[in-house]
Amino acid sequence: MDSQIALILIEDGIASGAIYALLALTMVLVFATTRILLVSQGEFVTFAALSFASFQLGVTPQIVWLLGALAVIVSVWDSVDALREGLGRRIPSILAFNLLLPAAVIALSLWAAPLKPPVLVQAALSVAIVTVLGPLVYRVAFQPVASSSVRTLFVIAIALHFVLQGFGLLFFGAEGFRADPLLDIDISLGPVLIKGQAILSLATLAVLTAGLYAFFEFTLLGKALRATAINRVGARIVGIRTPLAGKMAFALSAFVGGVSGILAIGSTTIYYDSGFLIGLKAVLGAICGAMLSYPIAIAGSIGVGVLEALAAFWASAFTEAVVFSALVPVLLWLSLYAAPTEEGHEL
Amino acid sequence: MRLRGLLIIAALIIAASLFLPPFYITLANYVGLASIVVLGLVLLGGAGGLMSFGQAAFVGLAAYATAYLTLSYGLSPWLTLPVGLVLTGILAYVLGALTLRLTGHYLPIGTLAWSISIYYVFANVPALGKHDGLADIPGLSLFGLQLNSGRGFFYLIWAVVLLAVVSIENILDSRFGRAVRSGGRTTPMAEALGVDTARVSMAIFVYAALLAAVSGWLYAHFLRFVNPTPFGLSASIEYFFMTVIGGATSTWGAIVGAVFYIIGKQWLQTLIPALTGRVGQLDVIVFGLIIVGILHYARQGMVPFVLQWMPRRRPRDVDTNAEPLRRRAQPQAGTELLRVANVEKRFGGLAAVNGVSFDIRAGEIVALIGPNGAGKTTMFNLITGVAPQTAGEVSFCGQSLRGRRSRQVLQQGVARTFQHALLRPHMSVLENVALGAHTRGRSGIARAALRLDRREERQLLGEARRQLERVGLGDVMHVQADSLPLGKQRVVEIARALAADPLLLLLDEPAAGLRYEEKVSLAKLLTGLRAEGMTLLLVEHDMEFVMNLVDRLVVMDFGEKIAEGRPDEVQANPRVIEAYLGGVDECLPLKRAG
Amino acid sequence: MFALEARGLSAAYGKATVLRDVDIKVAEGSIVSLIGPNGAGKTTMLTALMGLLKASGSVTYYGESLASLSVEDRVARGLCLVPERRELFGDMSIRDNLALGGFSQWLQRKGGRATALAEVFERFPRLRERHLQAANTLSGGERQMLALGRALMSRPKLLMLDEPSLGLAPLIVREIFRIIADLRSTGVSILLVEQNARAALEIADYAYVLESGAVTLQGSAQELAGNSRIIDTYLGRRKAEAVA
Repeated sequence: MDSQIALILIEDGIASGAIYALLALTMVLVFATTRILLVSQGEFVTFAALSFASFQLGVTPQIVWLLGALAVIVSVWDSVDALREGLGRRIPSILAFNLLLPAAVIALSLWAAPLKPPVLVQAALSVAIVTVLGPLVYRVAFQPVASSSVRTLFVIAIALHFVLQGFGLLFFGAEGFRADPLLDIDISLGPVLIKGQAILSLATLAVLTAGLYAFFEFTLLGKALRATAINRVGARIVGIRTPLAGKMAFALSAFVGGVSGILAIGSTTIYYDSGFLIGLKAVLGAICGAMLSYPIAIAGSIGVGVLEALAAFWASAFTEAVVFSALVPVLLWLSLYAAPTEEGHEL
Repeated sequence: MRLRGLLIIAALIIAASLFLPPFYITLANYVGLASIVVLGLVLLGGAGGLMSFGQAAFVGLAAYATAYLTLSYGLSPWLTLPVGLVLTGILAYVLGALTLRLTGHYLPIGTLAWSISIYYVFANVPALGKHDGLADIPGLSLFGLQLNSGRGFFYLIWAVVLLAVVSIENILDSRFGRAVRSGGRTTPMAEALGVDTARVSMAIFVYAALLAAVSGWLYAHFLRFVNPTPFGLSASIEYFFMTVIGGATSTWGAIVGAVFYIIGKQWLQTLIPALTGRVGQLDVIVFGLIIVGILHYARQGMVPFVLQWMPRRRPRDVDTNAEPLRRRAQPQAGTELLRVANVEKRFGGLAAVNGVSFDIRAGEIVALIGPNGAGKTTMFNLITGVAPQTAGEVSFCGQSLRGRRSRQVLQQGVARTFQHALLRPHMSVLENVALGAHTRGRSGIARAALRLDRREERQLLGEARRQLERVGLGDVMHVQADSLPLGKQRVVEIARALAADPLLLLLDEPAAGLRYEEKVSLAKLLTGLRAEGMTLLLVEHDMEFVMNLVDRLVVMDFGEKIAEGRPDEVQANPRVIEAYLGGVDECLPLKRAG
Repeated sequence: MFALEARGLSAAYGKATVLRDVDIKVAEGSIVSLIGPNGAGKTTMLTALMGLLKASGSVTYYGESLASLSVEDRVARGLCLVPERRELFGDMSIRDNLALGGFSQWLQRKGGRATALAEVFERFPRLRERHLQAANTLSGGERQMLALGRALMSRPKLLMLDEPSLGLAPLIVREIFRIIADLRSTGVSILLVEQNARAALEIADYAYVLESGAVTLQGSAQELAGNSRIIDTYLGRRKAEAVA
């Protein structure tokens, strides 16, 4: 096989793998903090990507209506709960986060869209929309049943996927969109031509990974999130509110998903239902790390990307079949490595 | 009783076939086809606790198999049915071997993954028509009669549905069914009662796949056309949603769920565009929201939710004349039963149990006591095979227990109870105790489904009843286990352990959390058992309870045995007093100022 | 003023009633010990007071009812728990564990975290030596110190300690109890649950004996220390007609 082609394929694979890796990171993060296997992660990707496309066309992304509706619902719900517990003094901050912040984002979007602001502003707004959406989704779909079993949370996540994807179709239509790559340069490195977008993806992966690392290692809030994941009871007795941790995890996850969406739409066509498969491939990557290890999740995701690129070349019709079948050896390995012993049970 | 219910349903179905317009007959056929698959999920998920998002793949495999074979080779559909079943069975066995070992959340994700893979295989293999699929599949003919009309298939499909319901009800109402409902690997209890959880899981997984295969075969010859779409991940998720709606633990819930989902979806798909003028997946949004709502407020699903308001069925009587099961030879009082020799258990560098030795003789009640963290529970787990020892020997009736898993230890004659009274909450008391006799029966899934296990079942239930009467709980046989107070649940657990016909009974903190009167009756029960020749080993914290009950005490502290003897000897032992009250030096500068 | 007053406290784990109608008071600035045999409900008592377990009955903390307050709210008001299992953040360093102890203070925008950390290190020099080590590499005694230090970071007014001597060698137990006694001089009230009756009575002002979920004996620590009934309680040497 031509080494030129091989290199191009691997480069493509790494670029898309970087996106899967970003999502895999957040999946591990969300799972560790909330025990939710967020398969609806993909929807944050599509929402941001299609919002970006919308801005490019000078139209306000219609998804802001969902954002608005959720903002109102959560604000009312939380305020009523606070009043009922005699904690009315909390209402201003409740409204600030759940109503004013989303409202600001919506207002900005409404105002800025027809003005066709620079690309980076459009990207920032798109990401802002989903980042604010994330915690609201958590509050409505998961927080009331946050202590349920992993299974129940998983089924809710799947149902949520259908709901969000349905809204995606409703607000964005069935058309696919593709945007110009953010970095439209090709750099030649010897015999190989590297696409600017690929570099951007990898660079973003690096920056976000570094950013997340810094957040978790050096800020108290980041440590608090980690702590919630490590020991829930311990977190509570030092005063960390677990719903807060859940919302933060979802905000981070939505943010990263949003950024991934902006990157993805520069290299592939995104439809309202593209998110699901992207999310599932990220799950594959996350599973490689047994939902525990960040480095292995990254490595696994990049592996998934490369495998996908190679499979697309060699057996394009069976790409997805090949990629998802690759889970089988991973599962085999996991089941051997994590062979169930009776000792593993809590009495 | 059940027969009456079935006859009513059958009558309803026949009435429906005569009065429904053709469109609804077709819809009913779809409901029936889905019900068959969902019934498999009820067995697999609702009863066995295994989530699968891959059933549509099995449906597809059988559908494509029959389509391909009838079109390309002209085989009769009645021949392709067994072929489809065999193929699906093999695929299920392979996939099951790969995924069923995985704990908790890996299983559903694993099923998701191969569900997608298989869909893409269907959609891309040229011989299977790729995305266009295969058309002009021959119909079915039964005894020369062509089943062309929707009505013809209606009878066939719903006959299969009823057969499937009957088979699953049979399976659940049997020794195998109790094993399925025993909780699998989520608790140590199932294995400790002798259930081979791996085999049970595989059996129900394959059975669910076979049901899906039958549905697929029917689908192919009903529609006479197959393409990949109904066999993808979305379809699998829809089947799963039907169990959420109808109630995963109920066979009728499968049908109710299918009715609700399919007809509801149909209704929404006509209603919403009429209302809003928009076409789109709004019905999907609505159903997604319904599912989330159900999981928030009525997690058990519609049928169980409704049933809880209805009076319970009068339970069947247990045959008191069933011949008793074979019993073990009882050892003579005083012979050595259990010998623990220099046993050690290390976790990393820490020795939880460090060179402990003692023995137990037939007809004794011995208690293992010691302060918190002394290693008593670890010692217990070592004897019962839950954990392997690092060094030393544990032998029972002269045979070493080294390397034996808890199932095997049970078969040798050592039964145990658990600290947290691990009864299956939704099973009746009788069923829970019958689960204890699991190792004394042999019927598997096939005999259960075909109802060939009745004689053995009578014996097992008779044994359960006997043990319940022995412990004085004969009057609560048919009560649901989790409605009993804790004291009685503990006694049910003892009855369950007795149902395994043990020679040695290990009780893990039986008095914990009991009220005074409950402790009194428990002590009476235990002394009564000793009088009948049973040997008992207890782990206990409740000193008062233990001192007046046992023949001998073994005292542990920091993983070592520090004393052994009669209660009055041990109570006077200074080392024991030290261990319990604390050994801090007297001359500490802890005096308060002033 | 009582730092804590519990009346009619009852709690259950599923079907098992573990606490029955317990009344307990902790005077401000004092050390109160709760002793009793294993399984008596001592840990449940603290868990319920902390809000981690639902309980019935009334509990007031410095006069304020705790009924509608979440665990995190109680921590914010200075009611802190060092649980039996310590519940440390194993993968994180000593320093991080301690810093997180100050989370509640940080959330309330009360500064002084650096000072608090310095104080903890001074009290536990061994922790300062190993401050970058992960918590799960520490010995039992060091873990206990870390758990205690972490609780101190939230500037507690009432500190609840669950079996501080559990699994520790006598020498370490001595050190820990010395530190606990010393804490009282800083104005912190302490509710101490212990199986080690001797150590608990040595250090306390007042004590309760808990048996099968109910208080069977109470009094000043001095009185109880000389009471032989305590040994009977621990070793089950009660009236022979009680059981069987």
